[in-house]
Amino acid sequence: MKESLGATGLILNEPLLWEKGKKGRCGFSFPRRDVEPCPLDEELTGEGPDFPDLSEVDVVRHYTRLAQWNFGVDTGMYPLGSCTMKYSPKTNEKQASLPGFTGAHPLLPSSLSQGALKMMFEFEQYLNEITGMYATTLQPAAGAHGEFTGMLIIYAFHKKQGAQRSKIIVPDTAHGTNPASVSLCGFRPVPVTSNEQGILSVEAIAEIMDQDTAGIMVTNPNTLGLFEENIQKIAQIVHAKGGLVYCDGANMNAVMGMVKMGNIGIDVMQLNLHKTFSTPHGGGGPGSGPVSVAKHLEPFLPVPRVVEENNTYILAEDYPDSIGKISAFHGAFGVIIKAYSYIRSMGPENLKKASQLAVLNANYIKERLKGTLHLPYDRPCMHECVFSDKHQATQNIATLDMAKRLMDYGFHPPTVHFPLVVPGAIMVEPTETESKEDIDQFIETFKAIASEARENPDLLHHAPKSCKVKRLDEVTAARKPCLTG
Amino acid sequence: MIYLPHTDEDIFSMLQVLGADNLDDLFSTVPEDCRFTGDLNLPEALSEWELNDHMSTLSNTMAVSPEYKVFVGAGSYEHFIPASVSYLLGRSEFVTSYTPYQPEMSQGTLQAIYEYQTLAARLLGMEVATASHYDGATALAEALLMAVRITKRKKVAISSLIHPLYRRVIQTYFGPTGYEVVELPYLNTGVTDTTGLDEMDDLAAVAIQSPNFFGCIENLQVLGQKAHDKKTLFVASFTEALAYGLLKSPGSQGADIVGGEGQSLGIPRSFGGPALGILASGKKHMRSLPGRLVGKTKDLDGKTGFVLTLATREQHIRREKATSNICTNNSLCALAAAMYMASVGGTGIRKLAQLNHDKAEYLKNKLKKAGVGIPFDSPTFNEFVVEFPSGFETTHKHLLEKKIIAGLCLSPYYPELANHYLLCVTETRSKNDMDTLVREVKS
Repeated sequence: MKESLGATGLILNEPLLWEKGKKGRCGFSFPRRDVEPCPLDEELTGEGPDFPDLSEVDVVRHYTRLAQWNFGVDTGMYPLGSCTMKYSPKTNEKQASLPGFTGAHPLLPSSLSQGALKMMFEFEQYLNEITGMYATTLQPAAGAHGEFTGMLIIYAFHKKQGAQRSKIIVPDTAHGTNPASVSLCGFRPVPVTSNEQGILSVEAIAEIMDQDTAGIMVTNPNTLGLFEENIQKIAQIVHAKGGLVYCDGANMNAVMGMVKMGNIGIDVMQLNLHKTFSTPHGGGGPGSGPVSVAKHLEPFLPVPRVVEENNTYILAEDYPDSIGKISAFHGAFGVIIKAYSYIRSMGPENLKKASQLAVLNANYIKERLKGTLHLPYDRPCMHECVFSDKHQATQNIATLDMAKRLMDYGFHPPTVHFPLVVPGAIMVEPTETESKEDIDQFIETFKAIASEARENPDLLHHAPKSCKVKRLDEVTAARKPCLTG
Repeated sequence: MIYLPHTDEDIFSMLQVLGADNLDDLFSTVPEDCRFTGDLNLPEALSEWELNDHMSTLSNTMAVSPEYKVFVGAGSYEHFIPASVSYLLGRSEFVTSYTPYQPEMSQGTLQAIYEYQTLAARLLGMEVATASHYDGATALAEALLMAVRITKRKKVAISSLIHPLYRRVIQTYFGPTGYEVVELPYLNTGVTDTTGLDEMDDLAAVAIQSPNFFGCIENLQVLGQKAHDKKTLFVASFTEALAYGLLKSPGSQGADIVGGEGQSLGIPRSFGGPALGILASGKKHMRSLPGRLVGKTKDLDGKTGFVLTLATREQHIRREKATSNICTNNSLCALAAAMYMASVGGTGIRKLAQLNHDKAEYLKNKLKKAGVGIPFDSPTFNEFVVEFPSGFETTHKHLLEKKIIAGLCLSPYYPELANHYLLCVTETRSKNDMDTLVREVKS
């Protein structure tokens, strides 16, 4: 194995913000006071919040030190399955920080916002083309928000038909947020188990689909990283009973230019721009979750819609069947700019190639690690592969031990204990932006850890040893929550 | 392509390991009739330099400061953002990390969010704040759904002076639930009329925004007392977080839950998003809060560290019983807000809020002297409603040509308020800008 990436460096301690500073300091350059003071009624004014007073240097050192305790895609390989930690191109950040975009007010007349509206309009067209759907809204602020929007659209569709339905079918290989999105709309999620191949069988759906079921919510490719091969037949069954097919498109990064969801029976889907279209995850957000729909669902999309009239773009409100507004303004515009820049930089061929290489990388890892780790579904995968700790469990080593040990070698661990259908799951998604050398090193590292599991299991039980902190007491954190200082 | 590191040789050797001839072979599990065999109809790839030109062209069409003098707030505010905040926020360890599922490798994000939760709670006078939500509208909608869950009642009353677009989002969220939303009218002083509450029973929550959409400061204490007398939860909202540098905090006035927008705290307007939904409550309701929470704990050696906590409320543990479907927080926006609050500081935020207030008062008084109507006489913060003479639309358009945006026309939101405009002044508007506006309005 090549020299490990894991090393120790000079990591500095840093107290909490309010343990620093001194009254009277300030890190903000005050604008000139060019008007007379005008005190507000004392009945209305408070003491002001108890914030520390810090200088600019205090603030800069504080966050620089904190940043050094973090690991990002720019630091190294981050193969979190289902999360798609691909590289976030730097030019996208630059475009999103152009002053015409950052300074734009969302409620000015359309004539003063043409650039933003044109970009949004074009971006919707690009997403329509990639998904094969008819129309797109950019308003949902994250993937789960898109799921909720999609469910609201399904609800509105059935309401318009004059007969509301009460259930939605949600497979066990669906994303964790799916059942909650369903419940939020007043539907009851009906679970269905995938077959021994890890995908949905036509029979299982035929058995439970009925006239009281509003539709199905399929993650495709699913959370086992497998393509739902029976999707067209399943869509036919659901449609025949008057239901709609929702596709959680979070894994669209596997099939850009290879599969158009609109052509295979999907009625509505969300895209996660922070996954498929390379926008950074920001330690948990902001995301962006556009929703694309087939023609018969267009009337239900959120308002306002961006409309083109003679090369001029306007925001149109007049859609009486619309579900309404899902965000205060136009969604995560700053994130949308980055995804737009990505599509423009990649072009059609490279988008397709990105999917192909993501699938290549995942299959390569699956093939080379399947002797080391247990592979519950040994068949070609899409963009991610799911192993389990079954082999190591006999040595009293669990998934989490291997995950923590990876940190000592300079890798972020894969997703663990998800999907729930695989006990002790280790879900690896390398993405297309990892090179063969880095992937080889990841594979060799995992093999070395498997050897350690046999020969020196304590190394794993006590891992990580080279991070800022050792394993943390999560039980006490939840039992006696301390959420503010 | 610079983001795709594979050489032809890499691809060839990897395919060999898989026993595949070409990349298409890898998609053998996708049935033939599911495959798209054409070429995507998208514009050809641009070089980095072509993209720069293209995006600059789009960006240059936008009406922004300093070229334009924008007197519009209405939930999206122009405030100065220190270069240090933007610079620190660009640290790629923050930007390119995921939700901190592996705490040992994410202590930077976790401590920063714990600090954000603390500062947000202190700003609002509340005991607990979440790791953040999408925006003010969705935070408020979640606050109301939370009140419904806590009280097991199915009706909420919201002020008609809550931001009109927030109210529309609430309607969308509540649409399929069967829960009822009642709107409370407003008085001619520009604050919420709560007399109707006396007739309403079984309310889960009463929601009030302060400063409200007209910029008027509501008497939260009296309203909160009224809600509590009816054994109803009191939900406070806000669009201008900076106001609480100066005003009494919602927590100190009896708010049970607070849901509002933190964009003012160091986040660019960016055409309305991404934004910062702030959601806070008392400890009593902590376990009913939707969304991520960071908690303090110890590691094996007894060293202080931070983790995501109370995850059983969330969807990946009890899928069907989750408190919400939220799986993200606007983490980087929360981080920006924490950096901003730390930079401005306790002494500074009060001073800055006072300056904002004083500048807005200056313009209000000047316009009043110039004969412009000020229809609501309640005290305001940063924003206020004016009634221009009828036909002002033409003047408004004429001012646009002079790159002055003289407020937001209120009639689309409140049809009864023809010729009424909502004006906003922050620390970014100079006396000179305001004098110019007054002069133009007079002429």
